[in-house]
Amino acid sequence: MAKSIDVSDVNIYYGDFLAVEGVNMTIRAGAVTAFIGPSGCGKSTFLRSLNRMHEVIPGARVEGKIVVDGQDLYEPGVDPVAVRRQVGMVFQRPNPFPTMSIYDNVLAGLKLNAGKMKKSAADDIVEKSLRGANLWNEVKDRLNKPGMGLSGGQQQRLCIARAIAVEPQILLMDEPCSALDPISTSAIEDLIHELKNEFTIVIVTHNMQQAARVSDDTGFFNLKATGEPGHLVEFNPTKKMFANPDDPATEAYISGRFG
Amino acid sequence: MTAPTAEVEDASANWATARAGVGDRIFAGAARAAGLMILAALAGVFIFLAIKGASGFTKPAEVYGPHAESFVGYVVPLLVGTFTASIIALIIAVPLAFGIALVISHYAPKWVAVPVAYVIDLLAAVPSVVYGLWGAFFLAKKLVPMHVWLHENLGPIPVIGNLFGEPNPAGRSILTAGIVLAIMILPIITAISREVFSRTPRLHEEAALALGATRWEMVRMTVFPYSRSGMVSAVMLGLGRALGETMAVTMVLSVGFDLSWNIIATSSPTSIAANIALKYKERSADLLNVLVATGLVLFLMTFLVNFIARWIVGRSERRMAR
Repeated sequence: MAKSIDVSDVNIYYGDFLAVEGVNMTIRAGAVTAFIGPSGCGKSTFLRSLNRMHEVIPGARVEGKIVVDGQDLYEPGVDPVAVRRQVGMVFQRPNPFPTMSIYDNVLAGLKLNAGKMKKSAADDIVEKSLRGANLWNEVKDRLNKPGMGLSGGQQQRLCIARAIAVEPQILLMDEPCSALDPISTSAIEDLIHELKNEFTIVIVTHNMQQAARVSDDTGFFNLKATGEPGHLVEFNPTKKMFANPDDPATEAYISGRFG
Repeated sequence: MTAPTAEVEDASANWATARAGVGDRIFAGAARAAGLMILAALAGVFIFLAIKGASGFTKPAEVYGPHAESFVGYVVPLLVGTFTASIIALIIAVPLAFGIALVISHYAPKWVAVPVAYVIDLLAAVPSVVYGLWGAFFLAKKLVPMHVWLHENLGPIPVIGNLFGEPNPAGRSILTAGIVLAIMILPIITAISREVFSRTPRLHEEAALALGATRWEMVRMTVFPYSRSGMVSAVMLGLGRALGETMAVTMVLSVGFDLSWNIIATSSPTSIAANIALKYKERSADLLNVLVATGLVLFLMTFLVNFIARWIVGRSERRMAR
C-alpha cells in the first residue's frame, strides 16, 4: 500500500554540522516526487533521513517530524530496522550482494523477515518481483547465476526487484540512473511509471529532464552559500515547477543559468 | 596559452618509452626476485628436511625407544599431540578473535575500538617464553578447579566424556597448553580479520541495512561472505603459529607417550615442535635424523591443511563465479 509522508521542520546534522535546515513538505501517496538541486545541497541526505539510513553514519542525526501513516519515524521507541522494512531504498550504484545468485538477491530482504519459506511461494515472489522490475524475461533462464554477472542496468533493476520484493509502502531512489547508459535509464524510467501505482516513490536526480519526465511533484533544494546548510527552496507540482516556478532561484537553476 | 614562436624548435615526439623503461624493469625484477625468493626458501627447507630426515624414517628400533619401536610409533603420538593442542587453541581462539574483530570494526564506537585494537596488537609482541612461563607457573594452577569440574560434570556423558577422564592434579594438561596457545594466536587472527571486516564495501552494508536488516543480519549477509577468504587466511596463520609453537607447549605440558582421548590427563603426548626443542640438546646423530624427519612430517601436514582449507574456500567462490 502506498502511503504519504508528512515532513515538518526537519533539520539534519552530521555531528555538529547542520547539513539541511527547516524542511517542510507533504509527499503524496502513489505519486512520484523528485528532488533536484546542485551537488552538496542535501537532497540525498534528506532522502536518507526518510528511511532512517542517515543515522548509519556515526554522529549523524535528525531533528523534526517525518510522519508516515500517522507514525512519526523519529519518535523514541521506533525501530529503524522496522522503518526500513516499510521504506525501501535503491542506491546510486547498483549493489546486488556479490556472493548471492539472482534468485537469492531478490529474496534477501524477505528471508530476513519471514525465515523459512515454501519453495513454491519463494518462486512466485521471485517471479513477481522480477516481472515488477521488468527483468524477468532477461534472467528467467539463469536465476541461479550470480547477480554480479548482469549488466549495470540489469543489476539496478535487480536491486529494484530486491527492494519491492519486501512490499514496502514507499520506495526511495537515490540517483538510480546516474551510473547507467541512456537505454538502461529509459528502462528504469518506464519502470518508475509502472511502480507508482503500488508505491509512493521519491527519487533524487541530477538530471532535470529526468525529473520532468518521471515525477508528479518536484522539490528544489539549494545552498544559501558555500558552507551554509541546504534548504528546500520550492516544492510544487512538476508541471508548474518547470513552466512557471514561484521562486526566481528555481527558474535560474532549471533554465541552466547556474548549477 | 601562447602561440608557439618560430624560434623555439618543437621537440620531436619521442615514442620510445626509454625513461619509464628502466624504473619499471628494476621494479618488476625486484618484485619477481622477492616472489622467487620465498619459493626458493620453501623449497630449500623442504630439500634440507628431506635429505637430513630421510634416514630418520628407518632407524633401528632402539633409536626410537624407549617408548616406540618404529618411526610411525614415534611420530603418531607427537602428531596427535600437535593437532590436539592446535585444535583446542583454534576452537577457543577463532570465535573469540572473530568476535573481537567484529566489535572493533562494526560495533564499538571509535574511542573504544582504537585502544582495544592496539592492546590486541600488543599481545602479539609478547615473546612466547613469557606466555610459557605464565602458563606453567600461574595459569596451570588456576585451571585445576576447572579440570576437576570438567571431569565431574562432563566426564559421565557418553562419547564427549572420553575427553574428560582423570584430571591432571597440577593442571598441566594438553587443555591448558591449548588455552595458552589460544591466547598466543588470538592477536594475529584478530588483526587480520579486523582488517578484512573493515574492508567490506559500504555500499553492500547499506544495501542490507536498507532492506531492513539488523546489524547482525547485515554482518551475516555482507561482511562474512565478503571476508570469507581473508578469514580463512587469518585462521591458517593462527594455526601455523599454533602448530609450530614450541615454548608454550614445552613449558606447560607434562609429557607422556600414551595416546588417549583424555585432554585433561596427567600426561599427554607433546607436539612435534616441542619435542624437537626438548630433545635437540641431548641428541645422538641418529636421533637428530629422526627429529628432522618429524619436522618434515609437520611441514607436510601444515602444507596439507593449508591446501585443503584453500581448496574449500576456492570451491565456494568458483561455484559463484560459474
